[in-house]
Amino acid sequence: MLADQDRIFTNLYGMHDRSLAGAQKRGHWDGTGDLVKKGRDWIIEEMKASGLRGRGGAGFPTGLKWSFMPKESDGRPHYLVVNADESEPGTCKDREIMRHDPHTLIEGCLIASFAMGAHAGYIYIRGEYVREREALQAAIDEAYDAGLLGKNAAGSGWDYDLYLHHGAGAYICGEETALLESLEGRKGMPRLKPPFPANTGLYGAPTTVNNVESIAVVPTILRRGASWFSGFGRPNNAGTKLFAISGHVNTPCVVEEAMSISFEELIETHCGGIRGGWDNLKAVIPGGSSVPLIPGKTMYEDAIMDFDWLREQKSGLGTAAVIVMDNSTDVIKAIWRLSKFYKHESCGQCTPCREGTGWMMRVMDRLVTGDAEPEEIDMLLDVTKQVEGHTICALGDAAAWPIQGLIRHFRDEIEDRIKHKRTGRVSAVAAE
Amino acid sequence: MHATQSDLDARTAEIVKQYQSLEGPLLPILNALQAEFGYVPKSVLPDVAAALNISRAEIHGVVSFYHDYRDHPAGEHVIKVCRAEACQAAGGEAMSARLLSLLGIDWHGTTANGKVTVEPAYCLGLCACAPALFVDGAPIGRVSADRVDILVAEVAS
Repeated sequence: MLADQDRIFTNLYGMHDRSLAGAQKRGHWDGTGDLVKKGRDWIIEEMKASGLRGRGGAGFPTGLKWSFMPKESDGRPHYLVVNADESEPGTCKDREIMRHDPHTLIEGCLIASFAMGAHAGYIYIRGEYVREREALQAAIDEAYDAGLLGKNAAGSGWDYDLYLHHGAGAYICGEETALLESLEGRKGMPRLKPPFPANTGLYGAPTTVNNVESIAVVPTILRRGASWFSGFGRPNNAGTKLFAISGHVNTPCVVEEAMSISFEELIETHCGGIRGGWDNLKAVIPGGSSVPLIPGKTMYEDAIMDFDWLREQKSGLGTAAVIVMDNSTDVIKAIWRLSKFYKHESCGQCTPCREGTGWMMRVMDRLVTGDAEPEEIDMLLDVTKQVEGHTICALGDAAAWPIQGLIRHFRDEIEDRIKHKRTGRVSAVAAE
Repeated sequence: MHATQSDLDARTAEIVKQYQSLEGPLLPILNALQAEFGYVPKSVLPDVAAALNISRAEIHGVVSFYHDYRDHPAGEHVIKVCRAEACQAAGGEAMSARLLSLLGIDWHGTTANGKVTVEPAYCLGLCACAPALFVDGAPIGRVSADRVDILVAEVAS
């Protein structure tokens, strides 16, 4: 279990003072100006050495991403955009940061922006986060009043402005280029890449888009040193991470833990175990709704919660939103619900996704009731392969993967249900 | 209480003026309109489009793209119920069914007395305290059947 002194988010549960004074008491905003004065190259090298991988889902190394920004401005301004459009079903980690520990994020924005030569940063927060928006805006105002933002921010000699922008309820705006479109006041339809945002992003200027958690951990990493951070977790999966555990555990929670913790330890230490004991565990979605599920047995026996191990299981860590499902779950219906969600949220730009998500949902409809032909399982799998990888953004993939995971691990359950329907007997699992 | 078209136009002009100078002003303007009127009236969109020098098709595209914008007034209180997986696992279906039956409406519906509108939402980010809902923007977690009853008694009367 992660020791308390190694936690980056010391006010995750709002037990302490969330104002600037409280944050400073917990060690935030300590020597920020001096960190900035160590220079751009030092910050980026330190971030690379820390091994921090993006916390928004894809797990791209953050330091490397920053180094893609042009070293010198060609006359265009640079921007940092923070992706606080936390819309992935099951994910509830960034909201705790913004509501209770907002100064970690604001301080991180200043340092990250300096490292990328940006004088302005935007935080794009989703429309549903009303209280978080108020808390964050209050914290930004406080920081301005204390001289930590604005001209010569925090005595660093760097002028910096931070803006909070709120969205209007579209899941797709969590995709980085769609988010930029939305910031510019258009429909949130993802852009073709290349050109990548680091070259042509917000208003055609070099832009880096980072997740809230990726930015909020930066100041602590720089203060405590890259080697401290990289000391947690397996190689290539460094650091501490917020896990959001929901579903059929006894005490669902958001908790900061070291990467590469075993699933069993995570659940036993923080969540009071699985509802009804480990034998009752059916399946786990380990990283938010868009990653394939993994059967409970595999998770119990050898799961290591990090990017690489879950990738080997053809799933992913994603946002580390762990959704636990016990034996009372109709897993086919659960995946159907995700299909419905993706159909609803597809922006309609690419045909494979616009049409494919609808097709997939309609086949899933029949699988839930058992009215399908057995051949349709393979047909559905074939459709998912034709959606995956054939769209501009990852929403098509995200719609396809949960279904692939379902067929990979629970094919017998789908077949049983069809068989039961045909023989006229009601399946034991069909009733929910 | 229904505002007349000239009220809407006047207030819209003020809002446009307030946000027009921002970079990417359309979403802030639409958010402000929704906050002001509770919906984004179709009738004011041509004026907004003209002020921002974009086409009416473009503004229609944006308004219809984002789920938050309503094209008709909502009830006095808006309840958004999380329909995503974590809440379903914790009894969200039974909770929302009870809520809807007590109010006697369906999703997106408004009660006859104009007090309450219920809308589905996909993941409010309150998964650790599922099932969850929003009442006028205030998050409420671990909504049991009892709490639904209390909630309905509070907002519907």
